[in-house]
Amino acid sequence: MRSLGAIVLRDLRLAMRDGGALGTALGFYLIVVAMMPLAVGPDLKLLARISAGVLWVALLLSALLSLGRLFESDYEDGSLDTIAVAGPPLELVVAGKAFVHWLTTSVPMALAAPVLGLLLNLELSVMPFLALSMLVGTLAVSFLGAIAAALTLQARKSGVLIAVMVLPLYVPTLIYGISAVAIATTPPGSPWPSFLLLSAISVGSVVIGPIASAAALRYQVQ
Amino acid sequence: MQNLTQRLANPSRFMAFSAVALPMLALLAGGCLAVGIYMAFFASPADYQQGQTVKIMYIHVPSAWLGMMCYGLIALSSFGLLVFRHPLADVSAKAAAPIGAAFTFLALVTGSLWGKPMWGTYWVWDARLTSVLILFFLYLGLIALRTSMDDEALASKLTAVLALVGVVILPFIKISVEGLSIPWLGIEIPSWNTLHQPSSVLRAGGPTIHRSILIPLLVNALGFTLLFFAMHLKAMRNEILRRRALALTMAEVNRAQRLAAGTSAQEA
Repeated sequence: MRSLGAIVLRDLRLAMRDGGALGTALGFYLIVVAMMPLAVGPDLKLLARISAGVLWVALLLSALLSLGRLFESDYEDGSLDTIAVAGPPLELVVAGKAFVHWLTTSVPMALAAPVLGLLLNLELSVMPFLALSMLVGTLAVSFLGAIAAALTLQARKSGVLIAVMVLPLYVPTLIYGISAVAIATTPPGSPWPSFLLLSAISVGSVVIGPIASAAALRYQVQ
Repeated sequence: MQNLTQRLANPSRFMAFSAVALPMLALLAGGCLAVGIYMAFFASPADYQQGQTVKIMYIHVPSAWLGMMCYGLIALSSFGLLVFRHPLADVSAKAAAPIGAAFTFLALVTGSLWGKPMWGTYWVWDARLTSVLILFFLYLGLIALRTSMDDEALASKLTAVLALVGVVILPFIKISVEGLSIPWLGIEIPSWNTLHQPSSVLRAGGPTIHRSILIPLLVNALGFTLLFFAMHLKAMRNEILRRRALALTMAEVNRAQRLAAGTSAQEA
């Protein structure tokens, strides 16, 4: 457990002092969302209808940007080998790194989503719920994304490859994340079943992600 | 069965076995498909609602079935590679991926062509069509990952990990897209597209399939399955031969290098 804490602290410090990744992700998020009204026209009713979907898809795409770097720099400077040899189970290492990715990339974007929702005429009353469902759903984004990041460590053009591999795996998260917000927007019917399914997918991903990523990393380090 | 997979682990024994099995399988598949296609065109009635277009089904349904079965086969092979280190498991997984992707693609294309007269448009975000599309994306991911690495042994293992992750997540993708209903457990998860566009997709539930259509369908499905295994065996044989050729080339290069080193040592 102490090693997990050490990994989390180290990666948090690295993320804080480096800082560039979050800015890129948030900037990309803002730009994709802002392009949408330009593409489909400024009809406020239409924008309100598609807002949840646009916010979710843009969030997935911006999260992909930073996923490639999840293990890359540690792999290149050799610290991943050192960590792997040092003892803590790789599953814990991956879990710590994915958790930090969630904390430093997904959480800020989930919190920024309601603000961007203003651009898309998203109803004010569902904004807290949107942020909440994104906070929960993005756990799956970071932990499943870790698998793709681990698999493509030695691949050429890993950026595009990660997208091809991991986007299909995000389908359940996307569907339940959007349906929760869509149902919350149109009052009859409770959004909580969708929210619970979304949470279940996230919990499952938190388990599968580290196991699969650690298996992939074991073949590549040492 | 265990015994058979163990005995076939030896590639030369597998080559000998498949050299006999492949022509037989191919012949069986050809015969089955000939009968199936004859029945489909001449011995089965046109649907009273759908007319002759119903005959697309005889290709569409077997393709969709094979697309799914092939993913199962890849997952099984991947498991065999990672857990038992079966030497042919990787060959099997590698050979199966493009074939499975092709059948899934065929299912999508025929589904789309069938959709034009039925739904009035080439593509409807029908729940099952959508989940087949995502299955196709999963195949693309497997193929792309394998081709992105120079180290073949490493690529095999990593692709196997991805295939196993896919097979764990595939049920959840399927449930989230197509919905799930288990009345006696009180589970009722709606399909994805009913959340967006309730009941706009017309799918006449209609009568259950009549025997005059079911039998040609089953014959075709059997023919396609045999065809799949024939193609899979052939692709596995090709892959084994390719690896042998590669190994022979490497050995030859090594020998030439040793010779060159020997002569230069003599000169010095």
